[in-house]
Amino acid sequence: MWKFIHKLASPPHFYGLAASMIPWFVVPGLFLVAYGAYAGLFVAPMDYQQGDAFRIIYVHVPSAYLSMMTYMIMATSAGIGLIWRIKLAHAVAAAAAPIGAWFTFLALATGSIWGKPMWGTWWEWGDPRLTSELIMLFLYFGYMALRGAIDDTAKADKSSAVLALVGAVNVPIIHFSVEWWSSLHQGPTLVRKGGPAMDTAMLYPLLAMILGFTFLFGALLLRRVRAEVLYRERRTRWVREMILSKGT
Amino acid sequence: MGGYGAYVWTCFAMTVVVFVICEWRARLRQRRVYRDIEVRIKALGDTQ
Repeated sequence: MWKFIHKLASPPHFYGLAASMIPWFVVPGLFLVAYGAYAGLFVAPMDYQQGDAFRIIYVHVPSAYLSMMTYMIMATSAGIGLIWRIKLAHAVAAAAAPIGAWFTFLALATGSIWGKPMWGTWWEWGDPRLTSELIMLFLYFGYMALRGAIDDTAKADKSSAVLALVGAVNVPIIHFSVEWWSSLHQGPTLVRKGGPAMDTAMLYPLLAMILGFTFLFGALLLRRVRAEVLYRERRTRWVREMILSKGT
Repeated sequence: MGGYGAYVWTCFAMTVVVFVICEWRARLRQRRVYRDIEVRIKALGDTQ
């Protein structure tokens, strides 16, 4: 097991392995998203209260879930890199940040668009769910800005890892905000006592979208980590030999 | 879409755009890093 982990953390091994793994994430991801989007838009019955506007859930929930999951991946990788000094872990954290920022933006934007017809407003500053999710977007921006401001990669890794770990406290706040405080945002739909509060005709497309988004996120992350590894290892012999032999 | 079409389709379109941007940016970053290394190796080869 340790041998496998040690081998996986080796940049040349990971670089090659990641390239071969990307299609295994893209193909099921596209199939699941195609099914989920079709079933969510055209097959699932409309909600008795929200009408067809509820169909925004099929992109809003997966992107909100990914925004939090990506932050946890980023913080965990940063922590691993900080404690065990694994270079690849820092590369994963650095690669995850821009993807996480995009999905947080998407969750905020789709939530805002959903809010307009349902709540009568695009945004509510006093709402804990909306505000804590916005704080996460700023945490992503802060993480990327900090990395960009420090030229020395090792120093940038350490400083940004501390920021990522401190910011991780925001993730449970986002998740439980609708239970801890009064919020315009609806309560938990999927992860709640007594099971999901949705009919299976609505639930299955949503689960397909969540899984599909996760697969596509995996492909994006692998692609980003490869670029990050290549940049960090640009002065090493294996990169030189790979480029001279015209490998990708 | 019961009068909500503009809201629903905008959200789905935005999602597609975000995925396309993420994929494009990832590929662009990989290409740029690769090309920079290629240029550096070539420059080193020329000076030696």
